[in-house]
Amino acid sequence: MERTFLARNPSVLVFLGALALFTLTVTILSEGLGIGFLSTSFIKTLGKTLCLCLAALALDLVWGYCGILSLGHFAFFGLGGYMIGMWLMYARTEEIVVSSLANVPLPPTSEEIRDAIGTQIFGVVGGAELPMIWSFADSLTIQLVLVVLVPGILAFLFGWLAFRSRVSGVYLSILTQAMTLALSLYLFQNDSGLRGNNGLSGLQNLPGAENVSQATLSILFLWGSALALGSFYIASAWFMSGKFGSAIRAIRDDENRLRYLGYWVESYKLLVFVVSAIITAIAGALYYPQAGIINPAEIAPIASIYLVVWVAIGGRGRLYGAVIGAAFVSLISSWFTGGQAPDIPLGFYTIKWVDWWLVLLGFGFVLVTLYAPKGLGGLVDQLVRRKSA
Amino acid sequence: MTRAETLLELDKVSVSFDGFKAINELSFAIGSAELRAIIGPNGAGKTTMMDIITGKTRADSGQVKYGDHAIDLQNLSESAIAQAGIGRKFQRPTVFENQTVLENLTLALHNDRSPLKVLFNKTTEMDRRRVDTLADEVGLTDHLHRTAGELSHGQKQWLEIGMLLAQEPRLLLVDEPAAGMTPQEREHTTDMLKRAAKTCAVVVVEHDMEFVRRLDCRVTVLHEGSVLAEGSIDHVIQDRQVIEVYLGR
Repeated sequence: MERTFLARNPSVLVFLGALALFTLTVTILSEGLGIGFLSTSFIKTLGKTLCLCLAALALDLVWGYCGILSLGHFAFFGLGGYMIGMWLMYARTEEIVVSSLANVPLPPTSEEIRDAIGTQIFGVVGGAELPMIWSFADSLTIQLVLVVLVPGILAFLFGWLAFRSRVSGVYLSILTQAMTLALSLYLFQNDSGLRGNNGLSGLQNLPGAENVSQATLSILFLWGSALALGSFYIASAWFMSGKFGSAIRAIRDDENRLRYLGYWVESYKLLVFVVSAIITAIAGALYYPQAGIINPAEIAPIASIYLVVWVAIGGRGRLYGAVIGAAFVSLISSWFTGGQAPDIPLGFYTIKWVDWWLVLLGFGFVLVTLYAPKGLGGLVDQLVRRKSA
Repeated sequence: MTRAETLLELDKVSVSFDGFKAINELSFAIGSAELRAIIGPNGAGKTTMMDIITGKTRADSGQVKYGDHAIDLQNLSESAIAQAGIGRKFQRPTVFENQTVLENLTLALHNDRSPLKVLFNKTTEMDRRRVDTLADEVGLTDHLHRTAGELSHGQKQWLEIGMLLAQEPRLLLVDEPAAGMTPQEREHTTDMLKRAAKTCAVVVVEHDMEFVRRLDCRVTVLHEGSVLAEGSIDHVIQDRQVIEVYLGR
């Protein structure tokens, strides 16, 4: 081991450089800290895109490297968002309640404040009491721990049951899909304790930072998201290099052979699945404060399928492939569905991209599968090889 | 054979699939440094026997005793059995085709296999020397950095044998190692197996009589799930029952 890890993996350095350059450029062009060329809402879109890239990276670890096709990763993404959302909403509501009670003659007790917060948050679903699961919502530290713990435990239980029973392939994919659907349906209920279909809102307001404008906040979150993406990119690259990565790829290609070599394959799958779920949850926890709102529809199965499509188009089994795919497709997608793409009038019919974007995405997916099975990342590989050849 | 010399013993093992008795009251034993060939017509239960020993299939009745303490393998998982020192070579060459020969051999090295240990694993000088020795043993020294998928059929078979040896096994189960090999490759494979049998027990399942003759070892003939005959190759092929089974009655 004469050379360091980064020196042996130049692609990681290239990626980190590109990410840093991107972040710096956006900062300079931003309203918050720069010349104001890019609107705050667009900065938020970019910040959210970085979080989606991180989720795609995490999916690539389980699917591209370990061969476990999870169609339910947004369950972890959403749970991460809900966990941080609870603190954001609670602390923000507490500020409002305290300031509105500031002028009453008797200073309110902490119980009165808590009741008022409950009424504020749960009035919309006809409740007034804070449910049990909100017990720690006033503590940022605990909620941050829960961002990791709740999705981690869910992934552990799910993976332990599924892998131990040797469920694999399509059957496992269907189970993951069922998991996210069940979670979504559960959260839609008002008595789930997370405000049913209203979800959690006002998450863009950071408690204790009233004086910081949204323009500045958006840049801070962009930095945070970029930092998270960069760190987990290095960690994942390290994870998948060396003997551990070799074992994980061996599971993808022939798990029985590895089993007969004495490896306890299930424990490896479980470790990768849980780590991937946790990274996805952290991505979600960074995403929703930028989105401002989270509701159970976010966890619907289609979201997880999009994530898979991004990784497939970007090229699975290579980390930058997942990131390129997620960035490229999700940005194009928001351009087409945001009404910015010009409609095409054909006289007898007008192609509205809001409706036709999904068809286009479907075609794109089929084309990539047929003609570039290694995805956009595979094209990058070819370019690099041609240059060095 | 006394208990002390026996490494593996199958005692009246039976297993049936949908009423078909694949293995029928099979009893079989092998010593700790012995080369043994198993022959038998299709459907004789050769592969099923390997499946039972390696934990892929559970027997309906009987015992599979292994090692110094005669533990019953039936209660162990495939990976635990492998860790106990039983290596298995499949009929088709089964190596990790997307990885280099070096990576394949390194994965198989006899080291701690728990995920966290492997994650923080540092390849030691000893590991590297061991891989070099193994590569030399199976004739792949010049191919260490090639992807396993690029190797010829014979080389893949050798790589798999090398991976089995890397586990430092006490018992090797080898399923038709010579299938699809050229005469020179066969010779090389014979030498390899004979050398391996000096340090551990090797069980070779083979159809090819010529190959079995060259192995020059004790032969067990399986038929309809139980042992038909056992002895030297010359003894076995003169057995009336064996002739009947092989030539049809």
